Amino acid sequence: ANMKLILIFCALIGASLCLETFVGHQVLRIKTKNEEEVKQLQLLESLEHLELDFWINPSAPALPVDVRIPAVSVQSVKAFLESQGIEYSILIEDLQDVLDQEKQDMAESAQRQRSSSFDFGAYHTLDEINNELDTLASEYSIVEKIQIGQSYEKRPLYVLKFSTGGSKRPAIWLDAGIHSREWVTQASALWIANKIASDYGKDASITSLLDKMDLFLLPVANPDGFVYTHTSNRMWRKTRSKIPGSVCVGVDPNRNWDAGFGGPGASNKPCSDSYHGPSANSEVEVKSVVDFIKNHGNFKAFLTLHSYSQLLMYPYGYKCTRPDDYAELESLGRAAASSIRSLYGTTFQVGTICKTIYQASGGSIDWSYDNGIKYSFAFELRDTGRYGFLLPANQIIPAAKETWLGLKKIMEHVRD
Amino acid sequence: DIDDVGHKYYLELELEDVLDKDRTVNCTAEVLYHLGSKSTAPDVQVTVQGELRSTEEADKEFYNRIRSLEKELVAENIPDSHGNVPPELEPIHLLAWAASGYVIWQNSTENTKFHLAQVKHVKQVKRSDEDLQFDYVLLLHEMVSQEVIPWELTVLWHPQRGARVPRD
Repeated sequence: ANMKLILIFCALIGASLCLETFVGHQVLRIKTKNEEEVKQLQLLESLEHLELDFWINPSAPALPVDVRIPAVSVQSVKAFLESQGIEYSILIEDLQDVLDQEKQDMAESAQRQRSSSFDFGAYHTLDEINNELDTLASEYSIVEKIQIGQSYEKRPLYVLKFSTGGSKRPAIWLDAGIHSREWVTQASALWIANKIASDYGKDASITSLLDKMDLFLLPVANPDGFVYTHTSNRMWRKTRSKIPGSVCVGVDPNRNWDAGFGGPGASNKPCSDSYHGPSANSEVEVKSVVDFIKNHGNFKAFLTLHSYSQLLMYPYGYKCTRPDDYAELESLGRAAASSIRSLYGTTFQVGTICKTIYQASGGSIDWSYDNGIKYSFAFELRDTGRYGFLLPANQIIPAAKETWLGLKKIMEHVRD
Repeated sequence: DIDDVGHKYYLELELEDVLDKDRTVNCTAEVLYHLGSKSTAPDVQVTVQGELRSTEEADKEFYNRIRSLEKELVAENIPDSHGNVPPELEPIHLLAWAASGYVIWQNSTENTKFHLAQVKHVKQVKRSDEDLQFDYVLLLHEMVSQEVIPWELTVLWHPQRGARVPRD
């Protein structure tokens, strides 16, 4: 009886030590042209030593044949197909990569169910967003919610500070929603906040970034406008400040910064959607950020999210000449756009604001750049006009994920 | 640059079928923006190289569905704030896209970039002839000025005769 138990025990240990991996396994899709080729594949199927695993068995010429091939047999099977003139394409380059990703996705999903009932793939109201900021701050020790000021209508301007300690460490600024109708940006900022918080300690890059630098994220830079897009006019862009002497309301907060203020590319008419305002920093939403960044004194990067058009831009907007750091910013921008494209194939055009979109004065990244923050970039997220500002909610997470890859690329460069 | 006339652009375009992403067709176009004139639409010539697929069945189905409505169709905010379009309103949305193309063409200069932002309102008007009539209020987004401009227009549509804008 004892012998039997020992044998079973050994067999069990043996089985658990012998975990099957699929490293280097490829899945091919074979398109047969005639009966003859189908028969060839059926012949292949019969060769048991190859250990081929047909996901779709060869049966009729019109149907594709999908087969998983163990690493050791990949080259010889391909050689066989090529010699017979049988067409195939590679469905999966390395099955283990796919399995690893699936495992990670499932773990992330399980963690999402556990920790938060906040649906990052949906659009939310300002109150819901502010509640989630509290949730993140309470759930993660590296996250702190701070208030940097108040909007015109007295709503708090909340920033999430990501920090592992130190005092006035070199910092990165990221804001979203300065133009309130660009809903994918506030939504993406929330996803990104959650991503950074949950990845710290797990992702090497984020961990090393936050071990050296602080990140400040303002998810709703224009809360008055944002509320207005929910209650009254989905297409509202500006702040909601009253303009003396006009029936029209609001200033374009991205024409209000002290960089070429009042120059070409901004309107002096209060009713215009690109009205620059009575003076630079007249908008409290802008002044609060300016004061915060100046008082901090150690920001190295200034990143801002807009939509739509799929662009990745650096200064200048107020003039059409290149910044001194043109070469580095162009190269970094290209690298970031490449990272973005790697996920879903979404293409972002890269260049200066003036060359890429239009001349526009009083913009935030021109101000930050001229104030010594070299790594100043503005993103225009999805899409290119099919839905425009009304991007379907099912694109929020894909947009956030790809944008995050671009942001990460820039942050890693700043860190190093 | 054509002296005393304006600026001419030669374009090679690839059109993608919005309802069938794998389907593309090439076309070439010539666009002439007239010098100075802000009130004349640019001249446009387009040549489509290849065939556009037949939508006869879907057209007929939509036509019959609308014709058989007891009450005239009325809808607003397409897509809605969250980017949703109810499936039965998708053809109304697509028709608005086509109609907005006409408005955009009529109002474009070398310094404008228009997109249809939203169908604010649409109302069907029953007619005694065979056409379907929809009175739209469209929101057009102009990229350079960033303005969102409301635009009223009437669109007539018929499965064989296609879409027409009688006045705008």
